[in-house]
Amino acid sequence: MSEANLTMTEHAAGLMEGSPFAIPSKKLAMWLFIISDTMTFAACLVAYGFLRNGTPDWPRPFHSVINVAFMTLILITSSLTMLIAVRAAQTGDKSKAFRWILVTAAAGAVFALLHIREWLALIDEGVRLFQNPWGSGLFGAAFFSVTGLHLLHVSAGVVALIVVGLRYQYGRYNADHLEVTGLYWHFVDIVWMFVVPMVYLLSIAR
Amino acid sequence: MNTGEQQKGGLGTDIIVYLCLLALSALQFIQAYSGGTGRGLAARLLIVAAVQALIAVLFFMHLRSERRSLVTFVTIFALFVLATMNYGWPDSFRLLGGAPFAK
Repeated sequence: MSEANLTMTEHAAGLMEGSPFAIPSKKLAMWLFIISDTMTFAACLVAYGFLRNGTPDWPRPFHSVINVAFMTLILITSSLTMLIAVRAAQTGDKSKAFRWILVTAAAGAVFALLHIREWLALIDEGVRLFQNPWGSGLFGAAFFSVTGLHLLHVSAGVVALIVVGLRYQYGRYNADHLEVTGLYWHFVDIVWMFVVPMVYLLSIAR
Repeated sequence: MNTGEQQKGGLGTDIIVYLCLLALSALQFIQAYSGGTGRGLAARLLIVAAVQALIAVLFFMHLRSERRSLVTFVTIFALFVLATMNYGWPDSFRLLGGAPFAK
């Protein structure tokens, strides 16, 4: 065998190497993204917890968490609708999958609107990044950072769902793409499960 | 990819998991309003959140259907994150109590 052939063979063997963890590359990439994003959110929540715990006059501005409860209901329900969309796509029911993707995106949009409404209410009460009428000025920075990062993820998720849904509808994407997008959407849901107790439930006005 | 035949359970399982997640969320709200405060309440709420996350990862993200190597990788990483999260908090208690360095 010539040296050139040997090099080609070795190169080809490299190309045919199996994917790590034996899952498709785009799914692995999404898992790696989720893992790295987990670190980001963990850092933010730890920073919030640190400040919350180390500051005696931490404000407790949430008189009612009905809005948050409703937002939680919407986000968890949107995870279910995402699953329905993915299952429909895997069985080849394109129109049903697209319909449920849109339902999921709509739920995400409603969640984002409720979140923005809550922000506006707090801003109206005088909460700013480094000052508020009740106590430690760090509350605003910590609150808006944590919830803002999550809101950014939800908003990006809504856009991604619409784009992927449309591309799936027009045949450019397949069920695999919906599944990978679904992973991201479930992750956003999981993060919210930690944001609610840390940020809201521990700061209910008493 | 992880197509329909690989994913265990059907929509029925998904709905049961969904109801479990809602119930756990309701439990968090009940705990918060039941009057507890401080570390005890925070620990209880975070334990419920961790259980919720575990259920969602296993059933909604179908990690239980994936290869064992990926499950191991994600598990080790999750434990690492939880450990590092707990690393910073004791220092905030020191700030609150002003000890031991303030003495």
